[in-house]
Amino acid sequence: MNQIPVPRDIPLPMPAPEPLLVVVLVFFFLLHIAFVNFMVGGALISVWYELKGLKERRYDRLAYEVASTITANKSIAVVLGVGPLLAINTLYTVYFYTANALTGTFWISIIPLVVVAFLLTYAHKYLWHAMEGQKGLHIAIGMASCLIFLFIPLIFLTNVNLMLFPEKWGTVQGFFSALLLPNVLPRYAHFLLACPAMTGLLMVWLFRRRSEASLAGTGWRRDELVRTSYRWALWPTVGQFVVGPVALLTLPTLQGTPATLMGIFGLAILVSIWMTMLMFVETRRPAARIGGSFVSICGLMVVVVGLMGAGRHVYREAAVAPHRELVRAKTEDYMRRVDEANRAAGAASRAVRP
Amino acid sequence: MDFPVFHLDVFGNRGLIAVIAVLHVLINHGLAVGMMPLVACMEWYGHRKQDPRWDRLAYRILFVSFLVTTTVGALTGVGIWLSVSLVNPYSIGSLIRVFFWAWFVEWLVFITEVCLILAYTLTWKSWREGAAKRRHIQLGFALGLFSWITMAIIVSILGFMMDPGNWLSENTLLAGFSNPVYLPQLAFRTPLAAAMAGIITLFLIPFFVGRDDPLRNEATRAVGIWTLLFAPFVVAGGYWYFSVVPAAMKDNLAVSTLTLQFSGWLDDFLWIVLATVVAILVIVQIAIKRPGLLPRVATVVPFVAILWLTGHFERVREFIRKPYIIGQYMYANGLRVEDYALLQRDGVLAYATYSNPLTEAEKKFVRADLPEAERIAMLARLQKGKDVFMDTCSRCHTTHGVNGVAGHLQRMFGDARWTPDLTADYVANMHNAQPYMPPFPGNKDELGFLATYLEQLQGNRTPVPGAQQAGIAIRPEGESKLAADEAPMQGARK
Repeated sequence: MNQIPVPRDIPLPMPAPEPLLVVVLVFFFLLHIAFVNFMVGGALISVWYELKGLKERRYDRLAYEVASTITANKSIAVVLGVGPLLAINTLYTVYFYTANALTGTFWISIIPLVVVAFLLTYAHKYLWHAMEGQKGLHIAIGMASCLIFLFIPLIFLTNVNLMLFPEKWGTVQGFFSALLLPNVLPRYAHFLLACPAMTGLLMVWLFRRRSEASLAGTGWRRDELVRTSYRWALWPTVGQFVVGPVALLTLPTLQGTPATLMGIFGLAILVSIWMTMLMFVETRRPAARIGGSFVSICGLMVVVVGLMGAGRHVYREAAVAPHRELVRAKTEDYMRRVDEANRAAGAASRAVRP
Repeated sequence: MDFPVFHLDVFGNRGLIAVIAVLHVLINHGLAVGMMPLVACMEWYGHRKQDPRWDRLAYRILFVSFLVTTTVGALTGVGIWLSVSLVNPYSIGSLIRVFFWAWFVEWLVFITEVCLILAYTLTWKSWREGAAKRRHIQLGFALGLFSWITMAIIVSILGFMMDPGNWLSENTLLAGFSNPVYLPQLAFRTPLAAAMAGIITLFLIPFFVGRDDPLRNEATRAVGIWTLLFAPFVVAGGYWYFSVVPAAMKDNLAVSTLTLQFSGWLDDFLWIVLATVVAILVIVQIAIKRPGLLPRVATVVPFVAILWLTGHFERVREFIRKPYIIGQYMYANGLRVEDYALLQRDGVLAYATYSNPLTEAEKKFVRADLPEAERIAMLARLQKGKDVFMDTCSRCHTTHGVNGVAGHLQRMFGDARWTPDLTADYVANMHNAQPYMPPFPGNKDELGFLATYLEQLQGNRTPVPGAQQAGIAIRPEGESKLAADEAPMQGARK
């Protein structure tokens, strides 16, 4: 059995009530991840349509429409990630920093990777028309940014997974061994499917109120665009019914896994079924009525995402709570010894004073 | 340190933070805090004169700033957190506990700033006329204000790290935020950012305005005036800032500026700095008086000079607070001043959770022909020495890389054998000779372990991997407790 390390924490009080930090962490993380989904999904869908546009011109125009959303979404994704980063730094100091250090090379490489991906994304968007004659190179730029976007979440997932399991800290040697811990890859697949699904909904939002006049010359009708967008949302969501349970079942079992956890994820599945059925119905609706359930679908998606976030937090807390008590005790013990040593040193220096 | 030790043994841990942080400051000051008000002024001026050429120029400069700030600028800001959390998790963890709400508010301001820069850039071409244009100009000034507020909050944390002021006794956010270095540093950085933006714009103008276009001279003159306007405030703010730097830290100026090896050249260096500042001012003066005579290549000089001066200033600011990473509270090795009485009595290893396994290259130091028991004991001693090195030295030092201890020992002791007696004696007293070094935090036994580890460095140049490559071992709980419990008794017996 692996030895479980019990480090001591930073001996300063929490700066805010814990529930508030949890709200900042969970709520803003979900907002952040939604925009990350838009960004990654947008990049993938844009390149896919650009490839299709080589044969059928109207797809190229659609690809440009989608690409135009990515740069704003990526800026919002970054900025919304800062708050949860602050909260996780505060709430899970010992766990988060330990996982950071153990995967340090890849963890810090997030910065140059994201910078390069963002610059490529700008080049892809702003040079779209200028590079009409060099389509191959232009698509290569888009693909390069997609590949980087696909890799970065893997680093984050590896890190936040490793932080939950102190018994693994002594066994991992660098990023790749941490990557192979149970649950990282299923969670990654779960994330990947969410990207086109969320972007599909974003595309419905973009196109559903477009007038036919504004679409004139694009080669697309409004209902076609909305239907296509819904398909991006629908089929990956159907895939989540396979990947989601796998991600859940590969979570390491915790002693006394709370029933609330299963309740939350169970409820999420039920709401997801309802949402998926509505999406399916939408894709079959006639042109005049398509998009009518969009608000309901978005509402259900918010509920599902909220439940997922809550479930993750319940699991995270269940994973670290017993260990955190040990850390707390060790920190208090250490501080008691510090006080005692300082008193002894003070007494000794007074004793030698003439 | 009670975290796994991330370590870059060639490049150095501080180098990682320095590259990211300096890049961030240059972009933040030059292209955001200083640039946004300048761009808004250019837009306002173009609107007032109904001259679309000014508008085009302002947009192009904004677009460059937008591309850089929303990519490298934003990410290096996050990168400072990530890199510091790797290199010195104790310091950033402590700062977050103290400044959580300041950072939280800064984040809200940052969100606003990003939304504003998106809106300002993306609506430039659609909000062109009448009231919409006026609103757009206001948007630019609002963006400038929010950029400045983010800096104004973060500068407080930088000041705190130099001198926490009353926080040491009061432990409140307000006491930490209103540290003695805060306002003087803000008074320096604000005009510096504005002047820097002016110099960067002088450099950019020839890229966007042709030589034959009269706007080139007009814009060069106007931006030169902008730059010169802020120059006296940079000097005055700098003087105020330097006056509040704690006296003990000013003693580190030479090493902070030029490293230990070249610290004797401080006077020469300051003359070079002065000459550089004069060169900037002369070129700006030419830009104002005779813009037509200013060759394009001449704008490269102030551009490179201001980036170098600001980057070097950040290096000095980071180093000058040594031996502390948070003044009077935490040493650069991540250990609190308050911890020293305990650690010097019981030893650092008594409270260390992790161990850094020896590499094969390090194990070779122990002769293979030794009797097995002796060999095992020697390996254990070397292991402890390595752990002491990693826990107490490696935040600032590598073995043979940047700021490597081997280099320092080589300079001091040459090719003579770095025997434990020689190096232990030096390490025990180094803080007296080098005031920027923290006192050795461990006990006497650990000094011996460290000296053994330093001895093996003389013949082993193989880089030491950090926890990110080699992983970590967990020190047996019993060993830690035993060390903690026995150490005071050993002291008593002595």
